[in-house]
Amino acid sequence: MPRINSAAELEERRSGILSKRDPDKTCISICSGMGCHGLGNDRVISAFEEEINKQNLKTKVDIRVTGCHGFCEKGPIVVIYPEEICYMEVTPEDVPEIISQTVLEKKVIDRLIYTDPNTGEKAAHQSEIPFYKNQTQYLISYNPKIDPTSIDDYLANGGYSGLSKALFEMSPEQVLEEVKKANLRGRGGGGFPAGRKWETARNAPGKDKYVIVNGHEGEPGAYMDRAIFTGNPHLVLEGLIIGAYAIGSHQGFIYTRHDTPQLKKNIDIALAKATEYGLLGENILGSGFNFNVEVHFDVGIFVSGESSALMSSIEGKNPEPRPKYIRTSVRGVWDMPTNLNNVETWANVSQIINKGAEWYTSIGTEKSKGTKLISLSGNIVNTGVVEVPFGTTLRELVYDIGGGVPNGKKLKAIHFGGPMGGSIPEEFLDTPLDFDELAKLGAPIGAGGLLVLDEDTNMVEKTRFFLDFLVNESCGKCVPCREGIRQMAKILTNISEGNGKEGDIELLEEIAEVAGTASLCALGKTASDPLLSSLRYFRDEYEARIK
Amino acid sequence: MKEILLQIDGRQVKATEGMTLLEAAQSADIFIPTLCHHEKLEPYGGCRLCIVEVEVNGWTKLVVSCVYPVEENIIVRTRSEKVDKIRKMILELLLAHAPDSLQLQAFAKEYGADRDRFEKEASFCIHCGLCVRYCAEVKKKHAVGFVNSGARREISFIPEIAAKECNDCKECFELCPTSYLQAVFVLTEALAFP
Repeated sequence: MPRINSAAELEERRSGILSKRDPDKTCISICSGMGCHGLGNDRVISAFEEEINKQNLKTKVDIRVTGCHGFCEKGPIVVIYPEEICYMEVTPEDVPEIISQTVLEKKVIDRLIYTDPNTGEKAAHQSEIPFYKNQTQYLISYNPKIDPTSIDDYLANGGYSGLSKALFEMSPEQVLEEVKKANLRGRGGGGFPAGRKWETARNAPGKDKYVIVNGHEGEPGAYMDRAIFTGNPHLVLEGLIIGAYAIGSHQGFIYTRHDTPQLKKNIDIALAKATEYGLLGENILGSGFNFNVEVHFDVGIFVSGESSALMSSIEGKNPEPRPKYIRTSVRGVWDMPTNLNNVETWANVSQIINKGAEWYTSIGTEKSKGTKLISLSGNIVNTGVVEVPFGTTLRELVYDIGGGVPNGKKLKAIHFGGPMGGSIPEEFLDTPLDFDELAKLGAPIGAGGLLVLDEDTNMVEKTRFFLDFLVNESCGKCVPCREGIRQMAKILTNISEGNGKEGDIELLEEIAEVAGTASLCALGKTASDPLLSSLRYFRDEYEARIK
Repeated sequence: MKEILLQIDGRQVKATEGMTLLEAAQSADIFIPTLCHHEKLEPYGGCRLCIVEVEVNGWTKLVVSCVYPVEENIIVRTRSEKVDKIRKMILELLLAHAPDSLQLQAFAKEYGADRDRFEKEASFCIHCGLCVRYCAEVKKKHAVGFVNSGARREISFIPEIAAKECNDCKECFELCPTSYLQAVFVLTEALAFP
């Protein structure tokens, strides 16, 4: 494909792609996210390919292997367009019937559609299934419509129009202002305003400036970044290029996991295709703006997702956080101003440019704008990745979308933020999803991993589990983190095994306070958060195991 | 270099831009305890013992003095209830690994740290990184490094380099605040080159 050299040529290319596509042609969209992949969707994909060949339907039916649709609980998921009929838990044996009944005769197969476990009500279309119906999707909504290896699919869905608008209709300052006005807050954990960070990096002196996609997502129970990045890599890349333009950076890095080959493959293809199309590299879209991206992999340790540790890793050093009191947006990679945002933050950028800050700020709460991707897991009926506007209550997340707690059990608590997050009891279920509200309660959203805990959950054991995870996932450089976590895990193991002593809780609190104030990086500073939040709300469980 | 005036423990101290709080305090003969600091090495910020209280525009925060840069008009307190509490805990956590270290014992006395607060887990190392950093930064040999992470982190000599370099050097031995480095080295040597 020849490269695209102007905004007009981009629109021509887009029209060209769309003109070759018949919106009424049957398209079988098969989810190939991590969950469905694990459930054997590769066999389902081959079965569809075989059956279509056998029945000579190649010209009439398209197959699209896509990223995660979100409903991991019911995978492998297959959606048949244009009717949008959604089939769940599809096996290779179901495939001939789907082709003959649904594709050819337009009949819905009853046993493959969604059945509400409580009411027995059936729903054939994605838009009628409560799990999807109660979400507001602006980011993950593209996943079922896009083959992540096809840049044309992304362009067909309006892709790179945000970049084109930024480059040709806006100055870098205007882009920055728009993102600031949108009050886009970092989705990686801290919720720090992305625009302010961009501005710092833009204004900091330095001959080179860098932008980074943090795609490490090491938090156990968080898998939404993977879903977006694997399923729609161009969405993240487009945001990154827009950010680079605003900041004045010509070199970007994608830092991601070494253990997700599908993600790596899709990123590599996306970078190659974007370069081929003139959307990346020298003179992007003929605008004169140059920007390149390199991919780096983590070294298999949780702390390498910490921003300064990640930057050391990019420099080829050990992934240890830096002890400096100077922000990485001023001095980051090779001491140059470096702006780091996580996958989901970057994914939000192109829609802000496209639809404007005013539209963006109309979604969400007063101080948390837009939507948030949440991974639902634990004792919940519908495990999966969901997208909701800030302000959605936890009750809506757990019950309306998540389908509640399975096996008739009662909800005990919800835990946000993995091993550095916190748990809050059932009574706070009407709290809206909001960075600040949840942080006040001791359960900051973190990256967005929501773990549902039922009445059988042992809170001491849960806390011990998280600390045990961190014992070896800390880098081990500073004393309060390395030794503090080690000792807290030891004490919790004793309490958990019934060998707790009088004074253990107070000692835990004392260590937690020191680790929380004196540790070098956020890992050590927040490692005791699960402990402190569970002591705040479930102290009696600890006491019961000591006396 | 720009001159910067700050207050440490009630005294006016003159420092120059780019200095750390620890350096400023040392230049004024004000003592701050350290374990991982060495004047020939880059600030490390690992032991956190040099934590101090800093008041900036009325806001008090705890910072690690070996890496915190001096700022105009800030007020530094090298001792306070909070600072002492943190130092005591750090020492207690480290004494579980090196209970006989003279340096740790001296600090423990000052801060009332209980040598036996935590169960002993003698590892002959408190991970200050002095040997590792000295070998890398001063000697530029990288004969000893850290391996593993978190609670499993330990120092390790790289046999291929150690065999060539260490015999005539051993300058890292005397840096060790637990005086156990030699034991580790000898042990490694014995295992690696029988």
